[in-house]
Amino acid sequence: MSDERLYSVSIEVNGTLREAQVPARLTLVDFLRDTLRLTGTHAGCEHGICGACSVLLDGEPVRSCIMYAVQADGRKLTTIEGLAQPDGSPGALQDAFCEAHATQCGYCTPGMVIAAHALLEANPAPAEQEIREAIGGNLCRCTGYQQIVDAIKLAADRGSKGGL
Amino acid sequence: MSATGQSGFRYIGKKRRTKEDPRFVTGRGRFVADIALPGMKHVALVTSPHAAARIKAIRTDKALALSGVQYVLTGAELCAGTEALLPGVDAPKVTRYPLAHGVVRYAGEWVAAVVADTRALAEDAAEKIEIDYEATEYVLDPEKSIAPGAPLVHPAHGSNVLYRRKFVWGPVEEDFARAEHKLALRVRWGRSATVPIETFGIAAQWDPGQQLLDVWASIQMPKYPDQIARALRLPGNAVRVHFDVDVGGSYGVKRGIKHTVLVGYLAKKLGMPVRLIEDRLENMRGGDMHGPDRIFDLQLAFDSDGTIRSLKIRALDDVGAYAGRSPLQLGKPVGAIVGPYQIHSVEYEPISVMTNKTAQEAVRGFGQSPTNYALESGIDAVARHLGMDRIALRKKNFIRKDQFPYLIPSGTSYDSGDYHAVLDKALAAADYPALVAARDAARKAGRLAGIGISSCLEPSGGNSSFEPLFNPKNETTTWMDSCLVRIDLSGAITGVMNTSSSGQGHETLVATVLGEVLERDPDTIRVVHADSLNALPSNSPVGSRMAIMLGGAAAGAARKIKATLLAIAAHNLHKDVAELEYHEGSVSVKGEPGQTLSWAQLVEIAHRKFHQMPPGLEPGLQAKFVWEVPTGGGLPTADGRIQMYPCFSFEAHVVLVEIDPETGQPKLARYACGHDCGVMISPDIVHGMTFGGIAHGIGAALYEKFAYSDNGQLESQSFMDYLIPSALEVPALTIADHCTPSPHTTFGQKGSGEAGYLGAPAAIACAVNDALAPLGASIAELPMTPLQIWTRMQLARAGN
Repeated sequence: MSDERLYSVSIEVNGTLREAQVPARLTLVDFLRDTLRLTGTHAGCEHGICGACSVLLDGEPVRSCIMYAVQADGRKLTTIEGLAQPDGSPGALQDAFCEAHATQCGYCTPGMVIAAHALLEANPAPAEQEIREAIGGNLCRCTGYQQIVDAIKLAADRGSKGGL
Repeated sequence: MSATGQSGFRYIGKKRRTKEDPRFVTGRGRFVADIALPGMKHVALVTSPHAAARIKAIRTDKALALSGVQYVLTGAELCAGTEALLPGVDAPKVTRYPLAHGVVRYAGEWVAAVVADTRALAEDAAEKIEIDYEATEYVLDPEKSIAPGAPLVHPAHGSNVLYRRKFVWGPVEEDFARAEHKLALRVRWGRSATVPIETFGIAAQWDPGQQLLDVWASIQMPKYPDQIARALRLPGNAVRVHFDVDVGGSYGVKRGIKHTVLVGYLAKKLGMPVRLIEDRLENMRGGDMHGPDRIFDLQLAFDSDGTIRSLKIRALDDVGAYAGRSPLQLGKPVGAIVGPYQIHSVEYEPISVMTNKTAQEAVRGFGQSPTNYALESGIDAVARHLGMDRIALRKKNFIRKDQFPYLIPSGTSYDSGDYHAVLDKALAAADYPALVAARDAARKAGRLAGIGISSCLEPSGGNSSFEPLFNPKNETTTWMDSCLVRIDLSGAITGVMNTSSSGQGHETLVATVLGEVLERDPDTIRVVHADSLNALPSNSPVGSRMAIMLGGAAAGAARKIKATLLAIAAHNLHKDVAELEYHEGSVSVKGEPGQTLSWAQLVEIAHRKFHQMPPGLEPGLQAKFVWEVPTGGGLPTADGRIQMYPCFSFEAHVVLVEIDPETGQPKLARYACGHDCGVMISPDIVHGMTFGGIAHGIGAALYEKFAYSDNGQLESQSFMDYLIPSALEVPALTIADHCTPSPHTTFGQKGSGEAGYLGAPAAIACAVNDALAPLGASIAELPMTPLQIWTRMQLARAGN
């Protein structure tokens, strides 16, 4: 293996404190996926455009592909797994995505749900244009966004914010 | 929603949740990059900086000296150890290996592969590999590529032309001579692709004890296991592809055969699990997944009343430096070469040509969307020439609903449709009079606005008729799909499908169909993906085929199960089957509801009570169904007529575009699509794919292009340059459903996996040109980028 210098990180992920020794260049997405085995966060472009790797950092959506794990030291992260019910079944926002069939291949979906969650936390009754702007940094190749917009409207109508 | 044909079902056509969504929304999908094999090593690639060059030397010692580096593979070893990958047409000298050997043929081509303990270390090592190149002549323009004296991409082939033939179907010259008007036009479809958000990935592991290569891949490819085995010189049963991997989007391109041969070779050679997950740069440059790049020259012959008599199309397609099935993307459109129109005769000259660019792969619609764009551009040109309304011209030439089955000049019989009704529904959904008023008001206010119309077909059912049509040495006419159904001892139903899925909701499809036939709740039915060693034959979800083929196979298997249950009941109730009725899994004597055997009792007999089984029935409760594409199985005639796909879905698009007069940025102000894919098994899934297809079409029409510099460098190799439409570019979309059942399928369903994409580019191009028309400007090339629109506006204004 490599002889890269390692750094200690201590990050609260989905409510649990996770500590690890990581190389400085380890991206946050690789830390989540490879170190913690939280594989719901997906790498799509690895240059911060597509949004598939979105996670909540202290409640704000960020791209985990253009952030290093060491930069998240001492912070709180929520990933797509953290928006589910404790038994792993869909949380309220995730359930709205199921009801509206807002997924196809499922690859961009975690990032979309994260973006939608952040929107609804800040704005529980968004207009359609606000929804489109909130997910405007998340690319989807399957859905044409229509059913995603519908799902977020549905979640807002149900007064749900993600089930955390 | 039309009730015609769509009613009378228990589960089909109903709003129901899909089986796949819960795992995706919770981040519990299982994609190839999620698969972690113990001791797995990682591949990074060294790629060519030249469009064409001789490789003089490769020095790997500095890379190999790095800690954690396992191996460096180059083309010399790989080419000696594997069989070449060949094109779908008869061009045996146009060979492809996963790594270049001796020469490179495009910038980004893979030259060496580094295997290391982590991907980061592999990338470090890749940077230490030194390669000496001697740049050579290259060709980028397809017109120059077919001209005499052009540099040859594959000198051994003797030409850059992979395939060329002039088909003549019907009395083309006579029809042209008789027509009152003729016109010619040239349009160009730009190089774009489906570009899934998940790149291609593969993990492989060789078990020397079993002599077995296990493969997990992000894959959508017919005959993938067979091709891997052949290239790796293994028997077919030494490769096991695990089809239970969720594929993060494909829409045609996830073929990955060269990736798999590379990684499979390394896994076997090193005796370690190896994986390659393309990064975005590797994907865009060297993933060999670019789409069609076509120049169309059209001639149309027509009369003053708008009757289109005949059509000539020359299609020059730039497939890049290597080819798999890409030349065949000129073949599929043969099956819908006249679109939805009554055109009496056709001349079609497809030319597939190589250049020093990234290779082309299958893209949603397999060449149909570019052809639809060309044809619709021709229809619009005729309307302009005659001063005739675009809608009236289309309606005049549409095949009427009473004319089906309708045989087109190239030998395909269209199954069914009602094009007039669907176009009317699209116009109504768009509120066409209001659209016209909005456009005209915008124009009066000095803005640019235009309306686009397109109407086109989605051939569906996916057979391989273009293979023997374009390659006489290939007599493939079988293109089956299959399903296995098992009822276990508990009475639970499991459907087994035989390919991977990339977002099409096949588990929902199979469960819905099994539930429909067996009258059992689809939510209780599990659907699993076999691996390739225990799979029945499948040709994968290509050609908008799975609703038809997998749906049909599932229904066929379920009907066998039902017949078995009826036979068991007849034996035990001492009645003829004709005297019995099946209801939700139990079987009763007609008119005597007390005489009933329940689902549980019937299952019990099948599994445990051989003494109660009718003679000749096999114990247990399972059935398989394998079937050939309906109407398939034929070879082409000498003049190239063939029944291509069995079913023909129809779509009509109506769009209002407004163009920012300062920036050229187009905005889609209203978008409606009328859509008829027969009976929809899962309306949410059909609508989702259609929405997605329209969004993809918006990208192809306005934003997406694999652009090359004059020295052959790919300029749009990240998502900062290759622009995929976001939720801000894609407007709210309205779909108006119509249902004309297909006579060829189990429930009347047709295909819909390519819906939206097949007509959206044509409609948007039409709208942009309508918007530019008052300036006297037009654009005949996709994508019509904001810069291109702005430039035409400036030129037109300067001219004024």
